Amino acid sequence: MGILKTFWGFRGFILGSVQREFQANYKNSLLGAAWTVIRPLVMIIVYTVVFSQIMRSKLPGVESEFAYSIYLCAGVLTWSFFSEAVTRGQNVFIENANLLKKINFPRMCLPIIALTNALVNFLIIFALFTVFLLVTGAFPGKIFLALIPVLAIQVLLSAGLGLTLGVLNVFFRDVGQLSAIVLQFWFWATPIVYPINILPPFFQQLLSHNPMTHLMAAYQQILVNGQRPDWMSLWPITLIAVVLCITGARLFSKHAGEMVDEL
Amino acid sequence: MGTISVRDLGKAYKQYPTRSARLAEWLIPFSPPRHAQKWVLQGLNFEVKPGEAIGIIGMNGAGKSTLLKMITGTTEPTTGSVNVTGRIAALLELGMGFHPDFTGRQNAIMAGQLLGLSADDMRSLMPEIEAFAEIGDYIDQPVRVYSSGMQMRLAFSVATARRPDILIVDEALSVGDNYFQHKSFDRIRAYNKLGTTLLIVSHDKGAVQGICDRAILLSGGSIAMQGSPETVMDYYNAMIAERDPANVQQVLGQDGNVQTISGTGEARVIKATLCDEDGKPVEVVKVGQSLQIQVEVEAFADLPELVFGYQIKDRLGQPVFGTNTFHTKQLLQDLRTGQRVRYVLRFLANLGEGSYSISFALHDAENHLAKSYEWRDRAIVFNVVIVGKDHFVGLAWLPSSIEVQRD
Repeated sequence: MGILKTFWGFRGFILGSVQREFQANYKNSLLGAAWTVIRPLVMIIVYTVVFSQIMRSKLPGVESEFAYSIYLCAGVLTWSFFSEAVTRGQNVFIENANLLKKINFPRMCLPIIALTNALVNFLIIFALFTVFLLVTGAFPGKIFLALIPVLAIQVLLSAGLGLTLGVLNVFFRDVGQLSAIVLQFWFWATPIVYPINILPPFFQQLLSHNPMTHLMAAYQQILVNGQRPDWMSLWPITLIAVVLCITGARLFSKHAGEMVDEL
Repeated sequence: MGTISVRDLGKAYKQYPTRSARLAEWLIPFSPPRHAQKWVLQGLNFEVKPGEAIGIIGMNGAGKSTLLKMITGTTEPTTGSVNVTGRIAALLELGMGFHPDFTGRQNAIMAGQLLGLSADDMRSLMPEIEAFAEIGDYIDQPVRVYSSGMQMRLAFSVATARRPDILIVDEALSVGDNYFQHKSFDRIRAYNKLGTTLLIVSHDKGAVQGICDRAILLSGGSIAMQGSPETVMDYYNAMIAERDPANVQQVLGQDGNVQTISGTGEARVIKATLCDEDGKPVEVVKVGQSLQIQVEVEAFADLPELVFGYQIKDRLGQPVFGTNTFHTKQLLQDLRTGQRVRYVLRFLANLGEGSYSISFALHDAENHLAKSYEWRDRAIVFNVVIVGKDHFVGLAWLPSSIEVQRD
């Protein structure tokens, strides 16, 4: 309870920082916040062109002109949020080394700011994507709300992983380098760009052990097929997320003091 | 409110022999510690009462910053405890967290929030902050167009907008111009009078003697002495002078005063000490004090002629006074290798407040241009403070009086 009260006291700082970091990215550019959208948009266009047009891949069982684009967005947008949140989380203490060394303030504010920033960026893009769904008539209806619990699991996972890596990264800088590679690899080992059923059975079996496969499948199920996700398949990842959050919090409380000496 | 109590405080940094040693210590259960502890502070005990002004002095590396970090709470002590009551404002972090692309006003509000004030508080404090910083329209310009002095002004105004219970002042304060330095010190003094506890860290002996009620001398990670600023300063001076010349050179080097030595080396100054009239080494000099410099010179070759010269320079390197034994007709002739000469220079420090350095020259003939045995810049650095005299400005102390007649 005490910790929540502290955050409440620093809410001005947290909100201000989120706003400021968002503005700072675009302050001196002509297009401003449009860049938040342009980058993922270009990525989606590239993937759509390469995979949907050139490779002529189609989603089995779904007959819609935009089906592949929607499938792609469901995974790519949410994955970008995940990877941005984790990457920011793991660098947050190192980037703010000066602040941590000089000023006494609740250090937990920093990962919260990082996560909120990633969330804001994601919500902007996702709002646009929702508009696209409405315009093309592909909006799945009430089931859209099922995204909320799925997103909540993802936020929990990103927070736990980001915080754990963030603390570790201060002591072992290899963590930052390694996680960038792992995230890249993980992205391709999750059915985001391709549908899982184009893989040979052996790999399908292998990928089903990847907890992110089920999370992404939940998004795709809701957005592409307009159906309820398989809630049971999300239990493992929820458990992992909770364990990571506890690990991160324990690492943080144990090593927060030592962290400042190491920065 | 405003007390600091430090009990048996110690801080050690962990040093691991290899990078993987830490990993091993973390991962292997019940493993013995694999790090060595490097103690930077040990066994500190002191109490600060509300409203007291304490000076913390010590050479670089004595542990002053670490002590402050533990008092402000950014670093955790390894042993012992620090108990602080009341709100601390530390002027260590002036301008910390300012983002160059945002305006002074936006940054001021953010900086205040970082110190735990709400945005509303900050908005109501803003007019006062603007008035104190005196940076005019710049308040609504991005901070990147500010000069460093303007940033300092704004940062100081924000940090001291509310009177804290404890104020920690670092050298950071010497950035601004003289006008603002005085203004900020006035505010610090005024807060002190209202009950704010002051903790001043400085190499500037003048500041410590001017403001503080008490001084704490840190040396090698422990308290070497605490007491009245005068006594502690004297002790500090002696401690510095006690060291052999090689070490003193190093000390000077850390202050940014790098000695430049040139010449053939056929004769060298092997020892030089600035002393008061009784021959006790000093580093802080009172205006008008009678001083002597004891210099020992050794010939490392047979020299037909030896002239010794010295020069006092101000902090900008402008000569204030200089002469040599050619002009005073005390030139020496026919020195043999290994022979030593002792010079004692006596003069009155009729100098204004500030930092000065003394350079030595050893050469033949009238000046060092023909043949220079040794030229040693900034061999001695000392500070002049105004004690027992009315305040004045300038490089020189001219004993004077003002006659006032009122009709």
